[in-house]
Amino acid sequence: MDQKTLEEKTIICRCSDVTLKEVRDLIREGYTEPDEIKRILRTGMGPCQGRTCGPLILREVAIMTGRTIDEIVPFTYRPPSKGIKMGAIAKGGELNDK
Amino acid sequence: MINKANVVIVGGGISGVSIAYNLAKKGMKDIVVIEKKYLASGATGRCGAGVRAQWGTEMNCRIAHESIKFYEKANENLNYERDIDFKQGGYLILATTKKEKEQFEKNLKLQNRLGIPSKMISSEEAKKIVPYLNTEDVVVATYCPIDGHINPFKATDAYALAAEKLGVKIYKYTEVLDIVIEDGEIKKVVTDKGDIETDIIVNAAGGYAKQIAEMVGVDLPVFSERHQILVTEPVEEMLGPMVMSFSKNLYCQQTPEGSFIMGRSGENEPTDMRITSSWDFLDKMAKTITHTLPPISELTVIRQWAGLYNITPDRQPIYGETKDVKGFFLAVGFSGRGFMVAPMTGLLIAEQIMGEENSIDISSLSLERFEKGELVFEPSVV
Repeated sequence: MDQKTLEEKTIICRCSDVTLKEVRDLIREGYTEPDEIKRILRTGMGPCQGRTCGPLILREVAIMTGRTIDEIVPFTYRPPSKGIKMGAIAKGGELNDK
Repeated sequence: MINKANVVIVGGGISGVSIAYNLAKKGMKDIVVIEKKYLASGATGRCGAGVRAQWGTEMNCRIAHESIKFYEKANENLNYERDIDFKQGGYLILATTKKEKEQFEKNLKLQNRLGIPSKMISSEEAKKIVPYLNTEDVVVATYCPIDGHINPFKATDAYALAAEKLGVKIYKYTEVLDIVIEDGEIKKVVTDKGDIETDIIVNAAGGYAKQIAEMVGVDLPVFSERHQILVTEPVEEMLGPMVMSFSKNLYCQQTPEGSFIMGRSGENEPTDMRITSSWDFLDKMAKTITHTLPPISELTVIRQWAGLYNITPDRQPIYGETKDVKGFFLAVGFSGRGFMVAPMTGLLIAEQIMGEENSIDISSLSLERFEKGELVFEPSVV
């Protein structure tokens, strides 16, 4: 497989169906921070909240901008730590109140 | 970094880039936008992404309506190759009291006179728009089909790219440390990447507006309050409009990509610039929304976040040049709606800087109104 096909066929974000090519194109255009890439491509906004694409994008940004991974700000992690049904939260609160 | 500019705009949110774009379009040269982090990293990118024309004063109706008209054609107007994702599914605003209904009747009269296609509908009619809406406490509702959702990141991106094509320089990850004034006139902006000489500064710093104004000795009567939001996993389309209620304290909308975004105001939210998330919000939001829109019980919440409302005493923005410091313009204090009015913020502030007459009279929104005690009353704020 040539490089171009490889970039087009490699999925970086499974939640939002984003390819390696889309990520690399955006970095080339100057969106060189994971938070900027996230806001255009929705990488990290899906149900897994960046657990898969986060480290992959960090690595791509590091390689393409010549920085080390510790110099790059990763996605912010926010609650809930795992997806939970709204109904469960609504009910749970009521039980605890009693 | 350039060391001299005609106008320096502090804040790379939607207001800042819209002002920059409008100024450049009017022929202003050497415009700089300074943003501490990435574009839309503050209130813009944290907002609920809703836009509505349903307001309660003529000025607000016109500003919001004209902004929606711009957003409708923003992809073409700004030559944007991506898409700002404008979904005009309308806003369905629920009234739960007779008093609220009476206020809505007044609002509608005004809105319709100004050409805004809003209308009063019964709870049965509301159920036709949202079949699973719990209407047990709904007296009546208003619906306006041109309201809806826009992607705040991409709208900001669209303005920023269009501004850059017109020569505007945007410095991201650059922090304004100080502003130097002499004899009441702006001299230069000091940033962590260098100084820029300028006569004109626009404060479009959102949650940080007060801190920027302090640099020139202007005391803004604003504070920044945390407001929280959550989002669910994406599902198939099942909600057209933004469902909102002032008295029930909620808003909820399904985005074009399928996830539900919802928020409410908290009772004791911090005002110390914190944007952390709280359990209390998640708990109360879940209870409120599953009562009004029961099927949401089955949706999985995947993230909470928060942003800052920069709030003024009358919850109206502050627009215009300050009396005490020449060349210091304000586009601040949006009190939770900077995003939806940004197209007009950009145009109106650009007109003022160019010395043109404003296309909508916003003289009542000057900073001086607070000294004079001439506050502007808007009944339709969350």
